[in-house]
Order: sequence, then C-alpha cells, then structure tokens
Amino acid sequence: MLDAFGQPQSLVVLGGTSDIARAVVHALAPKRLATVVLAGRNEERLAEAAAGAKAAGVDHVPTVAFDAGQVDRAAAVVDECFAAAGGDVDVVVLAVGVLSRRELELDPERTAEVVTTGFAWPAAALTAVAARMKAQGHGRIVVLSSVAGVRVRRANFVYGATKAGLDGFAVGLGEALRGTGVAVQVVRPGFVRTRMTAGMSEAPMATTAEAVAEAVVAGLASGAPVIWVPGTLRWAFAVFRLLPPSVWRRLPG
Amino acid sequence: MPEPGPPYRPGRRVLRGWGRTAPTAADVVLPADEARVAELLADPPPGTGVVPRGLGRSYGDAAQCAGGTVVDLAQLDWVGGIDEATGEVEVGAGASLQRLLEHALPRGWFLPVTPGTRLVTVGGAVAADVHGKNHHRDGSFARHVTALTLATPNGVRHLVPGRRGRGAAKAEDDALFWATAGGMGLTGVVTRATVRLLPVETDRMLVDTDRYDDLGAVMAAMESGDDGYRYSVAWVDCTATGRHTGRAVLTRGDHARREDLPARRREGLPRAPGTSRLRIPRPGPRHLLNPLTVAAFNELWFRHAPRHRVAEVLPLAGFFHPLDGVADWNLLYGERGFLQYQFVVADGDVVARAIDQLAANRVPSFLAVLKRFGPGTPGPLSFPTPGWTLALDVPMGPPALGALLDRIDEMVAEAGGRVYLAKDARLRPDLVRTMYPRLDELQHVRRRVDPAGVLRSDLSRRLGLDLDRKEP
Ligand SMILES: Cc1cc2nc3c(=O)[nH]c(=O)nc-3n(C[C@H](O)[C@H](O)[C@H](O)COP(=O)(O)OP(=O)(O)OC[C@H]3O[C@@H](n4cnc5c(N)ncnc54)[C@H](O)[C@@H]3O)c2cc1C
Ligand SMILES: NC(=O)c1ccc[n+]([C@@H]2O[C@H](COP(=O)([O-])OP(=O)(O)OC[C@H]3O[C@@H](n4cnc5c(N)ncnc54)[C@H](OP(=O)(O)O)[C@@H]3O)[C@@H](O)[C@H]2O)c1
Repeated sequence: MLDAFGQPQSLVVLGGTSDIARAVVHALAPKRLATVVLAGRNEERLAEAAAGAKAAGVDHVPTVAFDAGQVDRAAAVVDECFAAAGGDVDVVVLAVGVLSRRELELDPERTAEVVTTGFAWPAAALTAVAARMKAQGHGRIVVLSSVAGVRVRRANFVYGATKAGLDGFAVGLGEALRGTGVAVQVVRPGFVRTRMTAGMSEAPMATTAEAVAEAVVAGLASGAPVIWVPGTLRWAFAVFRLLPPSVWRRLPG
Repeated sequence: MPEPGPPYRPGRRVLRGWGRTAPTAADVVLPADEARVAELLADPPPGTGVVPRGLGRSYGDAAQCAGGTVVDLAQLDWVGGIDEATGEVEVGAGASLQRLLEHALPRGWFLPVTPGTRLVTVGGAVAADVHGKNHHRDGSFARHVTALTLATPNGVRHLVPGRRGRGAAKAEDDALFWATAGGMGLTGVVTRATVRLLPVETDRMLVDTDRYDDLGAVMAAMESGDDGYRYSVAWVDCTATGRHTGRAVLTRGDHARREDLPARRREGLPRAPGTSRLRIPRPGPRHLLNPLTVAAFNELWFRHAPRHRVAEVLPLAGFFHPLDGVADWNLLYGERGFLQYQFVVADGDVVARAIDQLAANRVPSFLAVLKRFGPGTPGPLSFPTPGWTLALDVPMGPPALGALLDRIDEMVAEAGGRVYLAKDARLRPDLVRTMYPRLDELQHVRRRVDPAGVLRSDLSRRLGLDLDRKEP
C-alpha cells in the first residue's frame, strides 16, 4: 500500500532497463519498496537492472520479457507483471520509448516503429493497468511523457508526436479514473542525459536521470498531476506554447 | 441536532481517514442490524477483505480496505438505559460518544474516557482503545468496557473480560476481548458494548492553568502534580527554538461539583454540548500553513495563556473537545491533507530530543499535546504504555518530512516506545514488531477467529500485519 507520502511498497516498471526508471527504483528503494517487477525486452540488461535493484535493497525483483512492437500482447504483459508482483501493485511507471532521428523521420517503417513503441503499446498497456488498479481500488500510474510533446518541433517531431499523444492519453485516463482511488501522474522532463540522448548536443536546462527520479519521488508525495523536470520548464513552456512558429523554429536545442 | 453522518451511500466509494492522505476505494455496506453484520462476516463478499468503520476519525488508513468491503456501523447507533446503580449502559457500536453523552449527561453521568473529539463511535473507541486526559488515573477506554459483542468470521461472541471462571473457553474469550481492545478492527466487528460511566454533578470543569517557558519545567510539574487531578494535559509549542524549546501551557482539572459553582448555576440538569454549526466548505489553500504563520499562531497563543490561574469554571466542550466547534476542520489543511504523529515513550529525554528535531527542522506543527500515561491494558495492540505521549498535527510535506519522522520513529522504538496506529499513515513496516512486541498474541487470536484471513485494512496491509488470505 502507498503511505501518506505516496511511497510504494510494490512497483512495476514497464521499460525496466531505462536509465530514468532505474534511477527511480534506486530513489524509492531505501524508503518502503519491497517488490519491483522489471519488464523489458533485453534479458541481459534486465538481469543487470534487477541486480542493481537488489543491491539497492529491494527484496523481490522478478523480471518480465516483452517487446513493445507487439501491441496485441500488451494486456498479457501487464497481467504477467501483476502476477509476478504477487499481490496488489502500488505504482506502475511507464518508461518505454524510442527517440526518432531527423534523417529517419521520413521512413514509413521507422515512423511506425516509433509510434508503436512510444504510443500504441503504452496506450494499450496503460488501459490494462487502469483496469487492474481500478479493481484494486488504489494505485498510481506514473507516465514518462516529455516536453517534446508539449510543443512538437522539427528536430524530433515523430517522437514529439508520440509524446503529445501519450501525454494527452495519460491526462485523459487520469480524468476517467477520478473517484476510483487510482491516480495518474504525468512526468514531463526536458533534456535528460541518458542512453537515449547519448551523443546528442544538449538542450538548455539539461538534467540527469537522478534529478528526474527525485522529482518523481517528490511528485508521488505531493500527488501533482503533472511533474516538470526541472520545475522551471513549466514556466518556460507556458511561454513557448505561445511563440509564433517563425520564432519557435529558430530557438536552439 | 442531527450529527454529521457518513458522507456516502452504500456502494463503491473512495474513503479517506481524517488526515485525508491516502484515499482508496472500497464497497461500503451499511448493515441495518447486528444479524446482518454476523451474516456478512460468516459469508464475506469476494474482494480484498472486510474491515469495520465508525466515523472515520482515525487519521490514516485504518478504516479503509481498498478493493474490499468496509462495514459502516452508522445504523447501529442505539443507546440503552443506564443502570443507575452501576452506571453501566449498553450501546450500539455505531453510536457516537456525542450521542452517548447527550443521553448520559442529563442523568448525571459522563464518559469514563473521552478522546479529543466526541465524534468517534463506541466501536472505534474500543478498536483503538482510546485514551483521554485522565489516562494517568483511569486508563484507556477498554478498562471501562464490561462486555462486548463481537461478530467474527467464526461466529458471534459475547465477551466479558475478567469474568469468574476457569478453563480454556474463558481464557480464549479473555484473549479475544483484549486483542479486540486496540486491535484496529482486525479481530472482528464490535456490534455492541457495555460501558461503565462516571457519575458527575455538573456539566462544568474546574480548571487550573499554568504556563512554562521550557519543556523541562512543564514535565517536572506534571510528574509532581498530575496525581492531584483527574485530567491533565499540556500544549507544547514545537516551533519554538533555543531556550524556549518545548514551552508549554499545562491545563489540569476535575469535574466541578455543585458547590463549586455560583448559587445561580447550581440548579438545572447538566446538559451535553451540541454539535457544531460552523463548517469548512472545501479544502483550503495550502499556503496558509507554513512555518511562519504556524509559528506566529503558536506565539500568540502562548502569550495569551495565563501564567498561573486556578479553579476557573469551564464548560465541558471547551475543556475536552475544543476542535469540535468547527465541523470538517481537517479541510483547513488543504487538498494534500495532514499527518498526526503520536508516540509514547517511557523516557522523557526522548520526547525532548524529538521536539528539538522538529523545531530544528522547522516542521510547521500547531500546538502539540503532551501527556503522561499510567499503566496500559492487556491488549497486545493497545497503544498506551506508562510514560510520556506526544501528539502533533503536521501539514503533509515533502519526502524529507517523512524521513525526519522515520528517524524519530527509530529513536522512539529504540527506547522501547511506539507510535499510535489510530493516527498512523506512514510508519515503516519493519518497526511495528519492535514497537508492538506482543503482535504474535494478536495473530494467534486472529488465526482462531478468522482462519481465512478475511479481516484486513489498508493499514494492516501497509504494515504487513495480515494473515495469509485463503480463498473459500
Ligand atoms: C480531533 C481528534 C482528536 C482525537 N483525540 C484522540 C485522543 O485524545 N485520544 C485517542 O485515543 N484518540 C484520539 N483520536 C483518534 C480517535 O479517537 C480514534 O481514531 C478512534 O478510533 C476513531 O473512532 P471512529 O469511530 O471514527 O473510528 P474509525 O476511524 O472509523 O475507525 C478506527 C478503527 O476502528 C475500527 N473500528 C471502527 N468501528 C469498529 C467496530 N464497530 N468494531 C471493530 N472495529 C471498529 C476500524 O476498523 C479502524 O481500525 C482523535 C481523533 C480526532 C479526529
Ligand atoms: N532522455 C531524455 O532526454 C528524456 C526526456 C524526456 C522523456 N524521456 C522519456 O523517458 C523514458 C525513459 O527514457 P530514458 O531516457 O531512460 O531512455 P532509455 O534508457 O533509452 O529507456 C527507454 C526504454 O524503452 C525501452 N524500449 C525501447 N523500445 C522498446 C521495445 N520495442 N520493446 C520494449 N522496450 C523498449 C528500452 O529498452 P532497452 O533497454 O531494451 O533498449 C528502455 O527500457 C522514455 O519514455 C523517454 O521517452 C526521456
């Protein structure tokens, strides 16, 4: 069960090998966490992430294999994760996603892959998670969105579009779940130094996976429906949203 | 005046405790009579489990059961006749202490023990084995309960503590009675209780007030002088630092006798205080409560208190239940709610260190309550043990606040103390066993009356107190 500070005892991570998700697990481990189910596609990286969680003090760390390309399996994967948890799940973190690169964006197959991984599979999985949590009568769903979806830009518009879709889906799901004891929290980081962004030139206000994790822990306590990391991005994007396209196009990052 | 009833109808509802911190949804049922309660436990609905609920005045998640069934006892609110010879009265477990008081006070009887609010049920008072300002003298609520009816998955039991007799059945009933007193609803649903009331002559209190500039002074005064009063409690300013750390106002008193009142006030029957007319409409803005405003409030209040005043005649309500004047005052803490943190520990130094840490970390706590406890009851999960208890309200804060309270918990546990589960919303599960070393006695009783592990709450799940759930 969650305590008053929203600290979970049991956690499922969809995208358990993600750098950000691993930092979240490490931040929650010393608090109340006893069970973490890590779901991912790569056995080796999963085993490594599981070893890390155990070293951080989590007792029970089962892993579940899945590929986000198989949307029709999303619900079954969620079922498997809940079964592996061996009881109610307090928090589900969704961290699956792939970045699109400028040169690939006009390739239909790659576009379909990014959209499937970043939006179709997550939306299907979150629907299954919502149903399970509604039956539990409690739970939190933490969705890693991005500022890239708040205002989509040329450099990564396919990725940005999946985040815009996912973000809208998550906010809507949260509304639909009002009065069920289940809440959705959307995380909107800016540029985070992780495997995903390795080798790319940093955008302004770049941050770390650890900082995102800390914001998630604080967000679980506050229950804020939207968590910006760093927090100043909330105000920056309040302005960015209003910029005329000609100006927006020329901003760095 | 009608009292505020449960704010919901039967069906799936999101429930919270008084601190409003961890809402979860359960199916709420409102049984019409004791027979329905018995049926429900004998044949529990599918789902997580079953837990009873009174008026939801516990601060955390004790009266919640996410994905299960919550048995609201609002309809079992009858009050029987008072035995004029013994002061005993039989009441439905869903009756509030307010209701019991309305019935008893005009007849010259008062509650043997009352918590800081009248809006708790008799069932809730038994389940938390509540204490009042007279604990140092009269013990906790269950000491004054002479019989209970308890519905369990294994049938209905009538329990009379300490009844003469021998043999296994009697020992089992005694164990079940005491596991239920303080057992947080985990042994079954109390459907009725017989309570022994206290005779009083008036509805007034005779109160002495003293102000102390630091914690050491007030603790010394309590140690030397509490025994001269039936009721005693100190209000401590946990925001003051330096040489004012732990400054406090001590109020102590007794029920006024007829001759203590001016002649014109002696006539007429004692009357029970009414329920509140003031109501907070919705959660307030958070920024009202911060270290500055809270410290300013505490400062004003402290300056306002008299340094020394004796034999002041006060109405009952103001003395026992100052917060009942405003309904839903918990909404003042805003959407995120608040915590009440209460522990008991034998060593006064631990209290001093806790207050030091709270003040040093600028925890914005309104007046904390400090009190001396006398001997506890035999209940394995009953909170009071001899020593000092400190209780404070804190607005919900960042995870660092949780970490600070964790550290104070560790200090308390190490000193043989414990936190109060009726107030808890955040204790680290591995500390429960240290704090309540007789937990196994409770589990032993539960295994007997609830072999399938039906009775469970969000609190019992969060703290890992549950028996294995066996599907029927
Ligand atoms: C302003 C305020 C001041 C307070 N002051 C004090 C104080 O001075 N001393 C003190 O001891 N406590 C105090 N409390 C706490 C309060 O007395 C307890 O939490 C009490 O249990 C609340 O009773 P309730 O009817 O609201 O029960 P709920 O909060 O609804 O339930 C509390 C627990 O009792 C169980 N329960 C309820 N009914 C039954 C039943 N019929 N059979 C079996 N189990 C049942 C529930 O399952 C739950 O575990 C205070 C609370 C408030 C809000
Ligand atoms: N880094 C940033 O700047 C940033 C900013 C804002 C938001 N985010 C979002 O935060 C989340 C986590 O990102 P991160 O930075 O931690 O990057 P990451 O380490 O690359 O994490 C991405 C995760 O998605 C998984 N994944 C990708 N394709 C998959 C597929 N087909 N099937 C199953 N799993 C798949 C990856 O698994 P593998 O380990 O097997 O590759 C990995 O666990 C993502 O949703 C990302 O969009 C990141």
